[in-house]
Amino acid sequence: MCGIVGLFLKDKALEPKLGAMLSEMLVSLSDRGPDSAGIAIYGAPSKNEAKITIQSAKPEHDFRGLDIELAKAIGAPVSLATKSTHAVIRTAPDKVDAAREALQSLRPDIRIMGAGEAVEIYKEVGLPEAVVDRFDVRSMTGTHGIGHTRMATESAVTTMGAHPFSTGADQCLVHNGSLSNHNNVRRELIRDGMTFETENDTEVAAAYLSNRMAHGKNLGEALEGTLSDLDGFFTFVVGTKNGFGVVRDPIACKPAVMAETDQYVAFGSEYRALTKLPGIDNARVWEPEPATVYFWEH
Amino acid sequence: MPATTMSKAERDQSHARVFDLSQQSLRELNQALHKLTSGSNETAWEVLNPKGSHSVAVGVDQLVSIDVRGSVGYYCAGMNDGAAITVHGSAGPGVGENMMSGSIVIKGDASQYAGATGRGGLLVIEGNASSRCGISMKGIDIVVHGNIGHMSAFMAQSGNLVVLGDAGDALGDSIYEARLFVRGKVESLGADCIAKEMRPEHIELLQGLLDKAGVTGVKASEFKRYGSARKLYNFNIDNADAY
Repeated sequence: MCGIVGLFLKDKALEPKLGAMLSEMLVSLSDRGPDSAGIAIYGAPSKNEAKITIQSAKPEHDFRGLDIELAKAIGAPVSLATKSTHAVIRTAPDKVDAAREALQSLRPDIRIMGAGEAVEIYKEVGLPEAVVDRFDVRSMTGTHGIGHTRMATESAVTTMGAHPFSTGADQCLVHNGSLSNHNNVRRELIRDGMTFETENDTEVAAAYLSNRMAHGKNLGEALEGTLSDLDGFFTFVVGTKNGFGVVRDPIACKPAVMAETDQYVAFGSEYRALTKLPGIDNARVWEPEPATVYFWEH
Repeated sequence: MPATTMSKAERDQSHARVFDLSQQSLRELNQALHKLTSGSNETAWEVLNPKGSHSVAVGVDQLVSIDVRGSVGYYCAGMNDGAAITVHGSAGPGVGENMMSGSIVIKGDASQYAGATGRGGLLVIEGNASSRCGISMKGIDIVVHGNIGHMSAFMAQSGNLVVLGDAGDALGDSIYEARLFVRGKVESLGADCIAKEMRPEHIELLQGLLDKAGVTGVKASEFKRYGSARKLYNFNIDNADAY
């Protein structure tokens, strides 16, 4: 099972409602996966500021004074906004790598969920309703976002095993299915310099796409590559700084429905996830074809 | 309007028992349908606001008509045994799975494995059906106005699959004795599935199915017939090395 959703807005007027719309979509699929849930939201990117989303099992302890210590360590201003077990650190874009390194020595138990100019990622164990409440996702604004509710198969039910997985700046991926050649692909990607946080199959798919894009492919070309290089069942929904993509494996037994209007492109594992979107009754609704890449960019 | 001037459909509609799934639970609907006994006066039902719900009107075993106003999720009308069910929208995976008798009409598209394992009755999909349409069908008749996806009629045993549009890859893989009629192009045929001659009895059979499904403006002679080459029925000693 697992349930995945994605929403890419064309109409700026809907941007203040992105968090609320995406939350509604994800909560409607709760019975497809009760183990954990996560959401990635792309806000308006800023050239002067990068965001790092971090997570801690002991946020009161780990986040206290972290902004001051981190600013000192990297020699640049840092702000930190705590949301439950997560926090978003804002700093200069050229200080992201230094901040990642400093975080590892300052707070070894902190996990980095993702980083970039636009993306914020929130994921935890629990039902979608609890997860979106905990992080106040409904109030978030943005241009596009993806979400996942998990029924675990390939690795343990932990925060780090939850989706979305992010393996590159402003890149993230959610997955319904299971990959059978992930160990092999992981080894190949490690040889090419990619690093991994988990034993999870989906993290391999995310890293595969990041790696291909780092080698100069665009999102569409990277997604095309999954069809020949990844083996197993998958429907992927992927976010980048300005784009949103969907691909299903050639067997396509994992469900998928898409809807498009002048205002948005939406993805759901089931039609149920789309029923509350504005204008859905007149939207073009279709099932994405197997082994076919779909992507949209702003 | 005096009752005498109403058509049968209008009369049925005016007496339809209405279930609004935004107000009432799916379980209430299905339990009410399962409680019906033969001779009940509640022969017309209308379901509002399905909004992608799963298992709408499964297991109905009475000769009633059910109009579902909107799109449904998984397994709508599964195991249908006699009812005439119309979905005024699209259907999720497994619509009409294991139908025994009656009819199901989907006004929009159907997702994967529509009519899977169906033993009887008629399933009409006015839009497209996706992959595995009619997988393991065992006597059901399926008429699709649009296209069907890959692996349709996989291991189909008996019954008829009629497609006015195109068929995807591996049509009729490992097919037994079902008849497949496709008007458009077939992306590829599955193992042991071959094109067959359209003899007069096939034209007659197909015309009957088109009429039953309310298809007009299309001639039976425009279709090609596909079926089993019957090469997989028995073990072939020349293939022993493959095992």
